[in-house]
Amino acid sequence: MSGPNHGSNHSGDYEERLAAFVGVEVVPPKPGQDPVNVPMIRHWVEAMGDQNPIYLDAEAARATGRDGIVAPASMVQAWTMRGYAATAAGPAPVNPGRGPGMAELIALLDEGGYTSVVATDSEFEFHRELVVGDHVSAREVVESISPEKTTALGVGRFVTTMRTYTDAGGEVVAVQRWRTLRFRPKPKTEPQPEAAQEPEPKAPRPRPAINRDNEFWFAAARDHRLVIQRCASCQVLRHPPGPCCAHCGSFDWDTVEASGRGHVYSFVVNHHPRHPAFEYPLIVAVVELAEGTRLITNLVGVTPEEVEIGMPVVLDWLDADPDLSLPVFRLREGSN
Amino acid sequence: MTRAYDEVAVGDTLPELPIPLTRTSIVATAIASRDYQDVHHDPGLAVERGSRDIFMNILTTNGLVDRYVTEWAGPAAVVKAIKIRLGVPNYPGDTMVLTGTVTAKHDEDNRVEIAVRGMNGLGAHVTGTAVVRLPSKDAT
Repeated sequence: MSGPNHGSNHSGDYEERLAAFVGVEVVPPKPGQDPVNVPMIRHWVEAMGDQNPIYLDAEAARATGRDGIVAPASMVQAWTMRGYAATAAGPAPVNPGRGPGMAELIALLDEGGYTSVVATDSEFEFHRELVVGDHVSAREVVESISPEKTTALGVGRFVTTMRTYTDAGGEVVAVQRWRTLRFRPKPKTEPQPEAAQEPEPKAPRPRPAINRDNEFWFAAARDHRLVIQRCASCQVLRHPPGPCCAHCGSFDWDTVEASGRGHVYSFVVNHHPRHPAFEYPLIVAVVELAEGTRLITNLVGVTPEEVEIGMPVVLDWLDADPDLSLPVFRLREGSN
Repeated sequence: MTRAYDEVAVGDTLPELPIPLTRTSIVATAIASRDYQDVHHDPGLAVERGSRDIFMNILTTNGLVDRYVTEWAGPAAVVKAIKIRLGVPNYPGDTMVLTGTVTAKHDEDNRVEIAVRGMNGLGAHVTGTAVVRLPSKDAT
């Protein structure tokens, strides 16, 4: 199932080129096209159905102790949007002389095949309300670029940035952590009447119950490392994670990284009840790792009819969303 | 009428707010937020990019959460934070129902935290937190 760019976006070189953007100010402070003004506020509050009078009625705003009209807090990003002409003109040209910026980052993501974009998270903190005449600038620094993740929309990477909004005097008026998924759209399939009615993307996968005893295991999974807890006193491996060694009673432990190989110890096929986060039939398996511990997991890329107890399997990763990656297993190739 | 900080208690719930999602409202809010990405107005291109239809942009989700909490809090409230995560898209023809619960109060500066959720026919479109600063009772 190789796409045209398959391979290039997994290479160490590509990863390094992406990593070079972390910490970089990819958008220098850039003033919005227009200062805060009543007509744009009016368009916003009409479209949102927002009837708070402080956005259009100076008298009502003064009655709340303000000096006059203020803009809706959530509108801060709108003041710095690039507008129709720039959007229609397409991505800004790459400029090698200027150093790495947003255009270069997007070009690099395009090169990896991640041509589509969807916003997933926005975390605003507002330092002060904007008033008519404020001229807002925004700058943007890359915080992180995730490893390639498989999402309901397609394979992609989460790009997290910090946007800082300032007024004409340079005072910070708001900050916004901003996360987008840059992804390779799934290949289009012929429309099928049933598929058309299927909700997509799917509901988020249920959260695991994370506590101080198992947090390390899920944190490692987010980095695509399957770890096994090991007693630091008697070296016995254990799973699921727990505070105390069942063999010798010691509370001291460390971890080892699993080879990722194992076999199906047991399995069930879940048909009912259905949860929208899962695909059915859902194969829930107990996999015994080569290291000897067993874990409950899902088998992927295989039909229930093909699964047999004892079948050799190998680790793969399910990236449910930015905060949740889980080990799954597929048939070990060449094992038959 | 603005709600006073003293009148609010952790556990208070906000009245539900249903938002009908029409094709026109999704396009109108995208344009009002100056977002001309084709997935928010062009059904053909939205499908080509892997979506079922056009869908609401995130600036609008922020704007609706802003509207929802300030409708409840009243005009003297000052919005200090809106932190959201998007789940399933808001497609035309659906309805999103916003609900909210007061989850924390900070007496030192009259800040109230509200957990907000917006559900549509597919599931959770938005989950997040809004923070508003409310006036004290004697000030209202």
